[in-house]
Amino acid sequence: MSVLELQNLSVSLRGRQIFRDVALSVQKGEMVGLIGPNGAGKTTLMRAALGLVAHGGHSSLAGMTPMARARAVAWMPQSREIAWPVSIEALVRLGRMPHHGARLSAEDHAAVARALDHMGLGDMRSRTVTRLSGGEQARALIARALAQETDLLMADEPIAGLDPAHQIATMQMFQRLATDGRAVLVSLHDLGLAARHCARLVVLGQGGIQADGPPAKVLTPDLLARVFGITAYHAQTPQGHIFQPLEVL
Amino acid sequence: MTRLMVALSALVLALFCLSLLVGPARIAPADSLLGLLRGGLDPVAMVMREIRLPRAILAVLVGGSLGLAGAAMQGYLRNPLAEPGLIGVSASAALGAVIAIQSGLAAAFVLGLPLMALAGALVGVMLVLVLAGPRGGALTLILAGIAISAMAGAITQLVLNLSKNPFAVNEIVFWMMGSLADRSLTHVWLALPFTLLGWLVLARLGRGLDALTLGEDAAATLGVHLGRLRLLLVLGTACVVGASTAVAGTIGFVGLVVPHLLRPLVGAQPSRLLPASALGGAAMVLAADIAVRLVVPERDLKLGVLTALVGAPLFLHLIYKTRKEQP
Repeated sequence: MSVLELQNLSVSLRGRQIFRDVALSVQKGEMVGLIGPNGAGKTTLMRAALGLVAHGGHSSLAGMTPMARARAVAWMPQSREIAWPVSIEALVRLGRMPHHGARLSAEDHAAVARALDHMGLGDMRSRTVTRLSGGEQARALIARALAQETDLLMADEPIAGLDPAHQIATMQMFQRLATDGRAVLVSLHDLGLAARHCARLVVLGQGGIQADGPPAKVLTPDLLARVFGITAYHAQTPQGHIFQPLEVL
Repeated sequence: MTRLMVALSALVLALFCLSLLVGPARIAPADSLLGLLRGGLDPVAMVMREIRLPRAILAVLVGGSLGLAGAAMQGYLRNPLAEPGLIGVSASAALGAVIAIQSGLAAAFVLGLPLMALAGALVGVMLVLVLAGPRGGALTLILAGIAISAMAGAITQLVLNLSKNPFAVNEIVFWMMGSLADRSLTHVWLALPFTLLGWLVLARLGRGLDALTLGEDAAATLGVHLGRLRLLLVLGTACVVGASTAVAGTIGFVGLVVPHLLRPLVGAQPSRLLPASALGGAAMVLAADIAVRLVVPERDLKLGVLTALVGAPLFLHLIYKTRKEQP
């Protein structure tokens, strides 16, 4: 079942065309990595899909009412804003806002506890979030998005700034969400992690989608040279995909 | 209800009663409270109902309004330095009042001044909404508010500058310092509907403000309608601040200091800060209004002067504490 459907999506900001005629469909059970060089429009594509920027074309999410959209998709922006020194638990509870009325139900509390456990924050729940390190704050914000428990999770560079263990753990957790029947669309700069953990990669560059498919088919030397301007070592090993960027062309 | 809310409510109630007991007419506490219940033309009853009761009620209305609007404004702008005057409503309400004094309208009939102040607030808020535009950004709202404040302030100065009437100038200067002295129940009835409406609007913003902790994008995808949130914030603030300024003049620092002071006690959650800050503001203005009657009873010390005198050092202390916590 499709959780995101984009047709002919185009965005121009201040007269400059960011991308045009983007078509993308994400199904339940998929873990999709969105990759592309700086300025390719990854963030804009995701925000346009959510209906947060003016766009041409069609997005299945943009037409929803704010409440319906909040139950369909959880969005984790790249800027990790936390305005007030609230506790981790209070922050993660915000993810339940689209679901609960005046008070949190038992199901809401359970979802918050699950999200905290997923991100290894169960023991830290009462700590003040603004006093944590950047990586810990990022994990708290991912937990907030998880607590929303939507069919689709969209995250803009969620693993930037995390240590390797938490980068891998977060990517594996996203994979598990997909295996459990939900869908994840995540923008990434680390092509190595993208190749290892995403079953499907979408490459955005030069004003449109340049490739869409499994990592082995997408990360060809030709595409890497054309879109990213790099060469890379890419091998299928018993330990899985190994992808290492090498040189700038 | 949490312990903090119970404590704040008790504090407001105690200060309200104390406010009824303090004044230049030396009336024994028991007599004065009995006087409230007694009707008729008995002098004690008159003093209580016509002078002290309106004053205490207005202190609660004005203080609650400033505290609540301050908490809402800080929550919306995600900035602890924001205050209700930021959107230009208090400056434009003050301008309306100044015009009423200068033109003689205030002397002509009792409600001339507060009604002109409300009209000023209305014009100010309309201009801010038009200037800030329909899309729900915070930055355009601040800029529009600053522009309106500056404009209203400049016209106020112009009126003072060109005034040929030294008595009017004197009255304007003293009015702008803010006070609750010599207000009547008529003032209460004028301010009450706007204040209650504004409280109702602002008190319902808690969820949206909580979501804004994560920034505008994340809040929007949590189901918050940002444009509507901003409109309600501006209208609610205009109601309460317009009404407060109309009956009491400009009273600074309450809307800035009270939310700041109470934030750590509510776990920094904007939704919990709203009611706490309303009670805290009411307590602060009640206490300040009692203090102006006790400190120099023979001179008419202005409420706004006292809140700023107490508020500014308190604020410096908070800044100092914040600085120590930072690395």
